Amino acid sequence: MTRSLLIFLGAFAAISMSFTALALLPGLQLSTIEPTPGTDDYTFEEQRGREIYIRDGCLYCHTQQVRPDGFGADIQRGWGSRGSFPGDYVYDETHQLGTMRTGPDLHDIASRQPSRDWHLAHLYQPRSVSPGSVMPAYPYMFEVKSRSNVLPSDVTVPISPEYAPPEGKVVVAKEEALYLYDYLMTLRLEPLEENRDG
Amino acid sequence: MPASDADREPTTPGMPPGSTSETLEANWRRTVDHSTRWPVIAFVSSSVFWLLIGSVLAIVASLKFNMPDWLVQQGWLTFGRIRPAHLNTVIYGWISMAGVGVGTWLWARLLKTRLRGRWMMMTSVALWNVGMLLGTIGILIGHSRAIEWVEMPYYAFAFIVPAMLLVVASFLLTLQQRRVKHLFISVWYLGASMLWGPFLVVAVLLPIYSGVPEATANWWYAHNILGLWITPAGLAAAYYFIPKVIGRPVYSYHLSYLGFWTLALFYNWAGVHHLVGGPAPQWVVTVSIVFSVMMIVPVVVVAVNHHMTVVGHFKKLKYSPTLRFVVFGAMSYTAVSLQGSLQSLRSWQEVTHFTHYTIAHSHLGVYAFASMIMFGAMYYIMPRVTNWEWDSPRLISIHFWTTGLGVGAYFTALTIGGVIQGLQMLDPSIDFLTIVDDTKPWLVVRSVAGSLMTIGHFVFAYLLYRIIAKSGERRDGPVYFHPAPAGLFGSSAGDGSSRQAPSMDADSEETQDSPGL
Repeated sequence: MTRSLLIFLGAFAAISMSFTALALLPGLQLSTIEPTPGTDDYTFEEQRGREIYIRDGCLYCHTQQVRPDGFGADIQRGWGSRGSFPGDYVYDETHQLGTMRTGPDLHDIASRQPSRDWHLAHLYQPRSVSPGSVMPAYPYMFEVKSRSNVLPSDVTVPISPEYAPPEGKVVVAKEEALYLYDYLMTLRLEPLEENRDG
Repeated sequence: MPASDADREPTTPGMPPGSTSETLEANWRRTVDHSTRWPVIAFVSSSVFWLLIGSVLAIVASLKFNMPDWLVQQGWLTFGRIRPAHLNTVIYGWISMAGVGVGTWLWARLLKTRLRGRWMMMTSVALWNVGMLLGTIGILIGHSRAIEWVEMPYYAFAFIVPAMLLVVASFLLTLQQRRVKHLFISVWYLGASMLWGPFLVVAVLLPIYSGVPEATANWWYAHNILGLWITPAGLAAAYYFIPKVIGRPVYSYHLSYLGFWTLALFYNWAGVHHLVGGPAPQWVVTVSIVFSVMMIVPVVVVAVNHHMTVVGHFKKLKYSPTLRFVVFGAMSYTAVSLQGSLQSLRSWQEVTHFTHYTIAHSHLGVYAFASMIMFGAMYYIMPRVTNWEWDSPRLISIHFWTTGLGVGAYFTALTIGGVIQGLQMLDPSIDFLTIVDDTKPWLVVRSVAGSLMTIGHFVFAYLLYRIIAKSGERRDGPVYFHPAPAGLFGSSAGDGSSRQAPSMDADSEETQDSPGL
């Protein structure tokens, strides 16, 4: 009995310590952190877009963390003017830091590629703007309509001829695609004045 | 220690009172094995069902890299949903339920008593399957939480957590009725994992995290569900089956204690190295790297212990399916763990982090180590709970070679492809789409290797169906890859037989280092 109790207590102590240190303490340490300049709470549309980002698993190929100068080549690649800070994430209810870069980092995508036409075409058919990309297409976020049925409020997406729908049809973005674009445009790293330790 | 005689099997009819100890020995084993029968069959067959689902999801996800415009018309088929569905089915469905099934059988045998709370185990397997079904469908219909390793929605875990707690309850009731003084090392690992597993899952589901701290909690969890829930089940099985099949005790019992305590103390600190270079506080990452490197201690200890147990008996790998799968798994454990310690270093992570290299590493762990050991354990256990032998040594051989070569090719391709990808990403003059292009050949190898493994899984599922349904001819004696020379496996060693011939290794509790049962 004593031995099994000893094993139990030892095992419990071990995991409790690491839980406190690795899962709880960082929360305390960062609880008072201020949002970095340019980091604002999400609007309704942006939050909806974020939920689509989460729902469709963008993080399995895209990170949202720029590595600081001197570690990796993120800044030299033009993925951000600085490394990411905890203050960039204060409004993120579900973190999307990611661990995989099958595609490029997106933490500063809004600075790098602000064009709505580009993003919508890229979501509809990635290879129409990035030849050789392995990103899945997301046609279910769009509707292919007859040109005559397009409403004034519809957002039509210009698609390169190779991937464009047949003559007389156009690609119209559904709300999902527009929300997702709105969310992507929140991903912008403002340069910081003072240099802080990353 | 409560040593009631209540569960002692009455003397076999036809046996004179005071029959030989060998007969008693065989009798209690039969009683104990019989008590685990339905829980083990239920957990093992459920686990293999989820393995098949997980394999199909894996192949679809992998082929999407080769054909990015394939199956894109519906949201539920998009890569970002199929991939987490794969991960969750193989982690919570396949390997967790396999670990519980194998662990249940070991638990009763090593405590030499009937499994208690069998209704709890049967309720657990039902809840667990419902949870997995809801979780898998949930991810596919768009309820993924997109927190890596815990993507299944809360309503799935609402079934899985109670299912885990029921297993714990049954284990505790059985432990109370144990009829051994000495707890074999496998009991340590299994018992500790029964504490750690539910602790981890409950802790990570607490709604208290957001932003960067959520990421540290996420990786504390994800690495520990491997290290403290899946790894202990694998090591418990390796510690039991290697000596058991070979027929000699574990090389050093002191080393096995050392291995256990160093794993318990070091492993749970290691996870946050997944955030190296990211926005998490530096000290958290540094602590994790230090402990990742310290993991060399338990790994080397276990490796030495197993190697010294097997040394001189390698020829037995030619014959015994259990031994071959388990030794493959144990060697992979050493490889994956040493690799893990080294790659946690910042200089290494700078290259391999964010690349396919990491995917190769995780499959070396969950597949080449844990899954292969589970296959080996099932080859030993199933004949004992079904009283039937495996149908076909040829199919077992196909299972071994498809999965062994498959995971080998998978690991090699993604490791090489990942390192190339990582080095190219460090060179800003290389265009990103060029890097993507250069990974494509390795991603094709991945799809081929994954298909090979999946073939093996379907073969194994067929064999499992045959043994549970007691199909085919009744065989005498265990199934070996080749007819084993007489005397190669001692009377108590080898894969044994469902017929439970009386064994000669009077499993004295005094010989501390022998699993003996």
